[in-house]
Formats: sequence, C-alpha cells, structure tokens
Amino acid sequence: MAHRDPSRPDPAESAWWMLWFQVVTDLFRGIGALGRELRQSRGRWLVLSLPMGWLLVFFLVPFLILLRISLAEPVPDGIPPYAPLAAFNDGVLHLSLSFKHYLQLLGDPLYKDAYANSLGFATVSTLACLLIGYPMAYGIARATPATRMVLLVLVILPFWTSSLLRTYALIGIMKTNGLASQLLMWLGVVDQPVGILHSDIAVVIGIAYNYLPFMVLPLTATLMRLDFTLLEAAADLGAKPLRAFWRITLPLSLPGIVAGSLLVFIPAIGEFVIPDLLGGPGDQTIGHALWTEFFQVRDWPLTAALAISMLLLIVVPMLVFESINAREAKPAADAPGPRGGTP
Amino acid sequence: MAVPVRRPGATEPWQDPAAEPILKIEGVTKTFGKTYAVDDVSLDIYRREFFSLLGGSGCGKSTLLRILAGFEAPDRGRILIDGQDVTKLPPYERPVNMMFQSYALFPHMSVAQNIAFGLQQDRMPKAEIRDRVAQMLELVRMKDLGQRKPDQLSGGQRQRVALARALAKQPKLLLLDEPLGALDKKLREHTQFELVNIQERVGTTFITVTHDQEEAMTMSSRVAVMEAGRIVQVSTPANLYEYPATRFVAEFIGAVNMLSATVVAQDDDRLVAFCHELGAEVVARHAQPLPVGTDIAIAVRPEKMDVAEEAPVGVAGELNIAVGKVVEIAYLGDVSIYHVQTATGHVLRVQETHAARSADPHYGWGDTLYLVWKPVDGIVLAS
Repeated sequence: MAHRDPSRPDPAESAWWMLWFQVVTDLFRGIGALGRELRQSRGRWLVLSLPMGWLLVFFLVPFLILLRISLAEPVPDGIPPYAPLAAFNDGVLHLSLSFKHYLQLLGDPLYKDAYANSLGFATVSTLACLLIGYPMAYGIARATPATRMVLLVLVILPFWTSSLLRTYALIGIMKTNGLASQLLMWLGVVDQPVGILHSDIAVVIGIAYNYLPFMVLPLTATLMRLDFTLLEAAADLGAKPLRAFWRITLPLSLPGIVAGSLLVFIPAIGEFVIPDLLGGPGDQTIGHALWTEFFQVRDWPLTAALAISMLLLIVVPMLVFESINAREAKPAADAPGPRGGTP
Repeated sequence: MAVPVRRPGATEPWQDPAAEPILKIEGVTKTFGKTYAVDDVSLDIYRREFFSLLGGSGCGKSTLLRILAGFEAPDRGRILIDGQDVTKLPPYERPVNMMFQSYALFPHMSVAQNIAFGLQQDRMPKAEIRDRVAQMLELVRMKDLGQRKPDQLSGGQRQRVALARALAKQPKLLLLDEPLGALDKKLREHTQFELVNIQERVGTTFITVTHDQEEAMTMSSRVAVMEAGRIVQVSTPANLYEYPATRFVAEFIGAVNMLSATVVAQDDDRLVAFCHELGAEVVARHAQPLPVGTDIAIAVRPEKMDVAEEAPVGVAGELNIAVGKVVEIAYLGDVSIYHVQTATGHVLRVQETHAARSADPHYGWGDTLYLVWKPVDGIVLAS
C-alpha cells in the first residue's frame, strides 16, 4: 500500500479527505501493527487504544457475529432466523458448524456470476477512473495554488448532492431518447433515438462517475509532492517527455495510484444501487444478491457467508500486497545508511 | 584568501586567437515580465575550461545556466556548442548535462540505475552501460555503493552520485548549479579540490554557477562576474582580484578599501588624485588618460597596506600614507585585521600577517598607525 513520507508534511494532507484516506489505509496496516505496538511503550498503547477500540467494536465484533451466523443452520420462521451453534443436552456439548452455505456459494453459478460481475464492474470502473482521474490530478497538481483550490472544490462539489439523486440524473441522460440521445440527434450524429441504459457500459459509467473523486484526490496529493526538478533532470539526461513520464512520474505516483484504485475498487465491488438502477436484468452483483437473500429469502446464514466471502475476496489480495510491500521496504529502512558528515 | 593556482601546463586558450570556443553565447537576452534576467550576454568558453558564473542572488546566473541546459528559451541571441546552433533544441537533444543544486536524484532508483538512466536513453548496449556505470562509480569513489538508494546516502555521497550521473554521458559541457551549495563548510572545501581533480581527469568543460566568490576563485580557470543580468567582467581569478574592472567587482571579490577621489593631474601612468576620505592627495598607477576633475574610486586591498608606528620619511610622492587610530582589532591566527579611523572619520581596513610567532598583539586599541601603500597597489576605478 501507499508509503507516505513522514518527513514531509504537506498542508494539503490535512484536508478531510486525506484524513479519511489515511483511516482506510491505516485500518489494514493497523491490524498488523497492533501486536508489535502492544509490546512497546504504554504511552503508545494509550494513544492507540481509541482507534483500536473503534475497530474492535465496529469492525471486529460485527465481523465475528457475521462469521458465526454464516456457520449456523437457517431456521426460516425463527427469530432470529438461524439456529444456535452450540447446544448443551444431557451433559453433552453439541457444537454444529455448518459450512454448507459456503459450499452452496461455490456450487451455484448464480453466485459465481454475481462475483464475476461485481469484480468485472469494479475492475473496469477502477481502470476508467484511473484513466480519467490521472490527467485531472496531474493538471490540478501542476496548477497554481489559487487555481488548484478551485479545481479541488469542483472535484468535491458533486459530493454535496446525494449519490442516489445523481444516479437518477444519469438515467435521464442515458435512457433511450434521453438527454444524450437528444444531443446526438441534434448534432446529427445519429438519426434515431439511442440509449445505453440497462447495459454494462451504463453501470461502469455510473460507478466511475460516482467514485472519480476518490481516485483524483489521493492522486493529486501524490503528484503535488512530486519534485518537478526530477523531470528536468530526466529531460537533461535525454529522456523525451513521454519516457520521462513512464520512468519517473508514473513510478513515483504509484502510491497514489494504488491508494486511489483501492478507494474506488473496494466500495465498487459491494456497490448495489448503481448496478440495480443502471444495469440490465443479467447484471446480478454481490450487492444485489446480498439484498435479495437478506430481505426476500430471509436466509441470514447464506447472506452472511456471501458477505464474508466478499470480504475475503478483497482483504486477502490486499494483505498479500501489503506483506510484499513491507518486505520490500524493510531492507531499505534497516540498512546502515550514513547520513550527513562523511565526505 | 587562498587562491590556489591551477596546475602547471594549464593553457589559456582564451588568449589564443586561433582557438575555437566549445561554447559561444551570442547576445542572449531573457526577460521575465519586465525584468531582464539575462541582458545581452555574450561569452566564449573553451574546451577543458572550469568556468564560473559568479554573482549575487537574482543576477541572472542561474537563468543563463538554465538557458544553456535548454530549460528556458532566450528571447534573443544564439547559443552554439561546438559550432552547432542549439538555441532551439529541447534539453533532451543537447550535448549538455547538468548537475542540479538539489541533485535531483531519482529516489526510486539505485545509485547505479541513476547513473545508467542517461545512457539508457541513448540506447547504449547493456554491457557497455554496466562498464560505464562501474567506471563512473570508480571516478567518484562510490564503487561499493551502487545498489544503495539515494535516501541511504550522505549529502556528500549524493553530490558525487549527481556528478557521476551528469558525467556518464560524456557531455560536451557539464553545467553545475551551485555544486557545493548543499554541503557543510568543511566538506565543501574538500569537495572543491576533488571537483577540480575530476574535471582535470575527465577533461570535460565545466560551467558552474555560484554565489560564493571563494568557491569560484578556488576552482575556476576563469570567472564571469554578473550583476543585474549583465556580465561585468570575465577573467582569471587572480586577474579579477588584482585588476577588478569596476567597483562592483572589487567589492564583490575579497575585502577592499574604497576611496573616492578626484583627478588632479596625470603624467603618463602616474595619476595624482585628491582623496576625499583622507583629505590628501594620493598617487596611483593608471595608464588610461583621465581628464582632470574626473571623479574616480581608488581601491586598496587590506593586505597591500603596510603598517608602521612611525611616519615613514623621505617617501612623499613615492608612497601613499594615511594616518589614523585603531578602533577595531580582529585576531584570526594567521593574520590580524585592524580598523583604522582617519582624522576625517573614515575607517580603513588593514591586514597584517603574523610572519613571526608571538602571542603579544602588535598594536592595541587607540594606537596611532601609519598605513603605507605603493601607487601600483591602488586600483583606479573610473566606473
């Protein structure tokens, strides 16, 4: 994950969205660091106890409850609609863990399709956000401070309207004979009404549009810290602009790319409203499956299993990524680099 | 000030009318808004020179360097490198490399990758790149540190990597922007000599920008002093010090006593002028004819003045004499500097070398001193 340079405080980082971005990234790092921190000074433990307590109550405990429900037998008309895991009868403790929901998820193509759809939408939307967001972020980072403020506000401005409203507005634009269609007809590009509503493209447009700021903001923060002299140095050494971008700008903005992509990808995978409103009948997503299983079928254990699987789908690759990153960063930090002094 | 003389054998190509300059700057002008950053600068720089652009901040020296590198386009004028007009060429097509003041090392690449970067842009074969990188690491004594990342290096090591990276492509010109600016004082002195050493070994033409006159004097074959976008004087360090062309140069390089005077008489190269600060006539050597009544300045270096407690006799007209009382003493070990106030209230600065070992101060506060200097040591400045 993103490696921030602690020695360079940037005034832009104190913005609320940077704070939020850090909460998300630190969430995953924090769990790993917890054990190490515990062994260290008590003062640090005190400082850490607040965010750790927050994580415990609002993340770990609900997760364990979910895990427990996912392993229970469903009781269709019961309240709650699942059976207890343990029963104490005649001096014997009966512990029944049911893995059948997980097996059901693996066996039923309905869920596999849902996962594939969700992953597909999230991946394509993340790429779209990256392709659109990178030039935007580059422009914002290179603008004068006054212009930069205005551009950043413009990026954040859509947040002031509810996402649901904006998605409905997209329907008005993309539907057959909608605003886009009328514009194209007026321009003479097409001669009869067209529409892309209820298609995969519409879903991707909807997700990309909704999550674009999450890509632009961390990218802008990274690109603002990029030392422009490095590009001059690259040009001086014979690199044409495109090559300098490829060898210098892109690798150095990788932390921003990763952070932005995660911020878009993770919520996009669980996205429920946008595919439902803009997608076609075949566009079953995990979000939709969760909703159906929970509210219509009332199969809590299956829903819980769905949610847990989705979490694993996101967290496992991320932990792998994080551990690779940590291993790469470690030798650098431990090397006995002499600083200053030695001629 | 120490002015190490370059090694014997160093020629002076600028004296040779047949020599072809490797860099010709012709009437280059660059404005930012209404200010002239570089104002009609023309300059010839020759092969193997260690040339310095010296001046205070905002004098245009850095802009001129950036114009040479191709980062700024001049409004007027031409730049020829080895006879080729490069004025319109982008930085990546110029046979010129630059060592940046901040070093601008690529933080995500190792030392070796940094040095190889420029060579890769030229599509040099991999084996050759490896050899050249090794050679460069050897040159800057960083052989074992090729795999380090820039943030694992000390300031001095980073400076040497930046030098190696800029030299790796064997440019026709190496531009150095305040090459020692980021180093501490002790390291800077050491590095000055090392830089000159490396330059003599590789034989590349170096052009450095600096605001530090000592740095410029120590390293350079020639120095161009810049003020307000213009070049005031171009000369060897010794010439600049002993024969400054203007008041600005005299005052910028080394310490100097600046005396204002009015020409009274001139007989061949013997110039007599009335000095306002001393209230007396002084004699100076000056060949160019100056009309009587011209206001001039006479600059005398503190170490060119002799100090005596008794008024020298029988030297009137042969030597210049000023009398005053000691108001300030600075003991520096090798020398002492006295501030001597004349009857008119003007303070002269004089330097005395401690040639013999003695802990006793030679003169004390309030002592009356006679300052004596030869006419040839007074620098006559008409501008």
